[in-house]
Amino acid sequence: MLSLEQNFPFVCIILSMATGILCAALKPKKAMVVCIANLVINFILSLLALRYCIKVGDFTVYWMGHFPAPFGNEIRFGILETLLATGFSLVMLLSILGGLKHVFHDVDESKQNYYFLMQNLLFASILALIYTNDLFTAYVFVEINTLTSCSIVMLKKGRETLVATTRYLIMSLLGSGLFLIGISILYDITGHLLMPQIKESVEALAATGAYKFPLEMIICLFSIGMGVKSALYPFHSWLPDAHGSATSSASAVLSGLVLKGYIILLIKMFYRVFGLEIIYSSRVLDILFVLGILAMTIGSIKAISERDLKRMIAYSSVAQIGYIYLGIGIGNELGMAAALLQVLVHAFTKPMLFNTAGAFMDVADGKKKFKYLAGAARKNMFAGIVFAIGALSMIGIPLFAGFSVKYYLGLSALENAPRVVLSIIALIISTVLNAIYYIPALMVLFRKTEDTEKVVFIPKNPDIPYIISSIVFVIANFVFGKFASYFIDLIIKGLGMFA
Amino acid sequence: MFEGLINFVDGVSSADNTHKPSKKKVKKYHHHEKTITERLEDDVLNQKSDSFDKFYSVVAIIMAIIIIGSLLFTVSFLPSFGDPTNPANNIVSEKYIVEGVKDTHAINLVAGMILDYRAFDTLGESTVLFIAASAVIILLFANKTKKEHEAEEKEEQKYENKNDPILRHGALLIVPAILVYGIYVVLNGHISPGGGFSGGAIMGAAIILYNLAFGDKSTSEFFSFKIYKRIIISALMFYAISKSYSFYTGANQIHSIIPKGVPGNILSSGLILPLNICVGIVVCCTMFGFYSLFDREEI
Amino acid sequence: MVQGLFTNYYETTAMIVFGIGFATLLLNKNIIKKIIGFNFMDTAIYLFLASKGYITGRLAPISFEGMNPTFENYINPIPAGLVLTGIVVSVSFSAFFLALAIRLYKAYNTLDLNEIIRLKNMEAEEE
Repeated sequence: MLSLEQNFPFVCIILSMATGILCAALKPKKAMVVCIANLVINFILSLLALRYCIKVGDFTVYWMGHFPAPFGNEIRFGILETLLATGFSLVMLLSILGGLKHVFHDVDESKQNYYFLMQNLLFASILALIYTNDLFTAYVFVEINTLTSCSIVMLKKGRETLVATTRYLIMSLLGSGLFLIGISILYDITGHLLMPQIKESVEALAATGAYKFPLEMIICLFSIGMGVKSALYPFHSWLPDAHGSATSSASAVLSGLVLKGYIILLIKMFYRVFGLEIIYSSRVLDILFVLGILAMTIGSIKAISERDLKRMIAYSSVAQIGYIYLGIGIGNELGMAAALLQVLVHAFTKPMLFNTAGAFMDVADGKKKFKYLAGAARKNMFAGIVFAIGALSMIGIPLFAGFSVKYYLGLSALENAPRVVLSIIALIISTVLNAIYYIPALMVLFRKTEDTEKVVFIPKNPDIPYIISSIVFVIANFVFGKFASYFIDLIIKGLGMFA
Repeated sequence: MFEGLINFVDGVSSADNTHKPSKKKVKKYHHHEKTITERLEDDVLNQKSDSFDKFYSVVAIIMAIIIIGSLLFTVSFLPSFGDPTNPANNIVSEKYIVEGVKDTHAINLVAGMILDYRAFDTLGESTVLFIAASAVIILLFANKTKKEHEAEEKEEQKYENKNDPILRHGALLIVPAILVYGIYVVLNGHISPGGGFSGGAIMGAAIILYNLAFGDKSTSEFFSFKIYKRIIISALMFYAISKSYSFYTGANQIHSIIPKGVPGNILSSGLILPLNICVGIVVCCTMFGFYSLFDREEI
Repeated sequence: MVQGLFTNYYETTAMIVFGIGFATLLLNKNIIKKIIGFNFMDTAIYLFLASKGYITGRLAPISFEGMNPTFENYINPIPAGLVLTGIVVSVSFSAFFLALAIRLYKAYNTLDLNEIIRLKNMEAEEE
């Protein structure tokens, strides 16, 4: 008999799925209530599970059925997983609250309940990716993730989103095809689908030297597959379209959470399927390191030349994903912890920027080009301040969350001598480039124009959910900036029970 | 509607003259609608993207060749085909086969595997179907008024003969047989080849045939959008709830109260039979839903 | 190497078909052909998995011995279950993709993705 808290991760997944399915039969407003209630419950349950894991200091294996490890499905969680689930459920809740007004405006009235259905099932799939201990379950939920995230992009009216969805879908299908064939080959040489058993067989194979090339090929296939889906640099082409054209809370969720789900799955496979020794001895971390640096610089350069606010923020996501891969590629524990801190920090910062971009579009007649947004921040000073905080955090000014990530990335690079020069140079260049596009954007937004002589703090008919969510996001940003060392400690402890 | 679909696949001109999908006409069509298409004629712009297209396709071909080559190289190392000593034939498959009947009381070992040992995957899989149906509804479902219905029906009468006696009598003969066969396959999923997915697809085919022969009106008498939603949601909810009970008891190692029955009987193997029925219903509804949405943008 | 390819001829075929499907999905401009490429790709994986589950001279995993099946009589049931899941996923994606193609055709009057993207970019510039 397990203690009550140990059941919570499983309850979270099933509850999100069940409420998602139920939303199909509800009216939009009721579906919204159900969706938000589900996320609140998820947040509370994940927090309790996190507290339990910290108290016990050990991971839990939860059987999905009556059969133990090599035979039945199972989920597994420790501090890291529950921490991520807690953070993600809070981000999801705040993103949906922040973009609520736009959902009812952007989505066709008869299909608004499907938006909440897709969000709930998307959240269920992200949770399953965080918790699962079975590769094939991971594949099924990757596909659910793809289908739901494509759906929330295309739910916005207009034909622009259809094209974005198609490009997104094509790249996602390529990625999941590579992932599935990787699983098939891995199953063929190990005979297992559950991660701990695969790791045992892989270690035995590595000791004898058998199947050396297929193993490297599988690592390569998984990395490319997850790289495509998380918009790693050369495979990022779909991201600006999809994230730039969706309704603002959908962009927020896609940028903040969906990309991260795949990265966590990749990290999980590195730790639990292959084991770190095999990963270090293969060249995959070098490749991820280089691609991460390329993403950091080229994503930012693309963002500089962008004239569309939402697309600029989307390109900034490409650069920020680069930081995560840089942290993974540095190849030590602190680097991995910094990468996971970046997962959380970016999840808390990017949705804030996307929702704020939506607030600016409100005061500029729904236009998202910079030339129409001049002075938008003066029409909605609150959003302006929130955007400034987000931008400063992205640039990496001390006190804000972005800085602590850069600090820990630099620190971890110092521990790994061969990579220290490149990492530090990349961090500096990327910081400068971030400033080059965020500061002009702020200047345009705060520019004094003819019709914005008078500064308005909050426009008429204030969007209360957006204001609440932004305040929480800003607080979270400062918490990550101030107490980063606490989170790093927690993540390192979590990584200890992750493998 | 069918005519339109066929035209659009192979680019033949349709009955409606404004909708000729040949390339030049398309440009003209856009030309009237939007000024931006004028710039499509701009040669400089076209050439620029053409050279990019060529570069892109060369790179992509090289990438595909590299992928095929390395995958083939991988295959040459893999365990050989049909060998009983392969690593995949280990304790897991041995347990599924040798103890499968004792554990799950299902004669069909694959059904026992997907609905008992690895039931979480199958729950996800049914959800994928449900999500796909919802996504297609989002894309294609049109809220038609009564007038539009009537106009469409008139339009369709031109192409399809609704009262074809051969089709109707043939369907009347075949549809019940197909339906019974589908139900048989679903109900015997745990003791013979088959199961929810295959049986559901067969049942869906029967309803589609009925719809083709007797028209939309007579189908919507027993299968409207409301009924579709109710059936599919209650089937999935039953699946989720009953399976969470079994996950919960399994993880906490409590004795499950679900009776297992005698292997080989219809009423046996615990939850597998009801789950097969649920999956069958979901698949049947989804198949008919896909057909009907693609055909007339409604259920 | 060639010896291995000929022994595993099913897998070899599967990989070649996978590559063709992959290239079609990535390369072809026509959306319908892209969908066909996607189906090629997925089918190739099922062929691969099915051939991996096969054991020469054994039967499908439906117990004909009642309560006590012997291991040596049946093929591996796991790939069968995986293929079943995979097929359902691929059917769902095909339907979704086809519905998307219908909507795209209605919106842009063409199925050429490059043309559609060009039109969309122009529209965005026009704004």
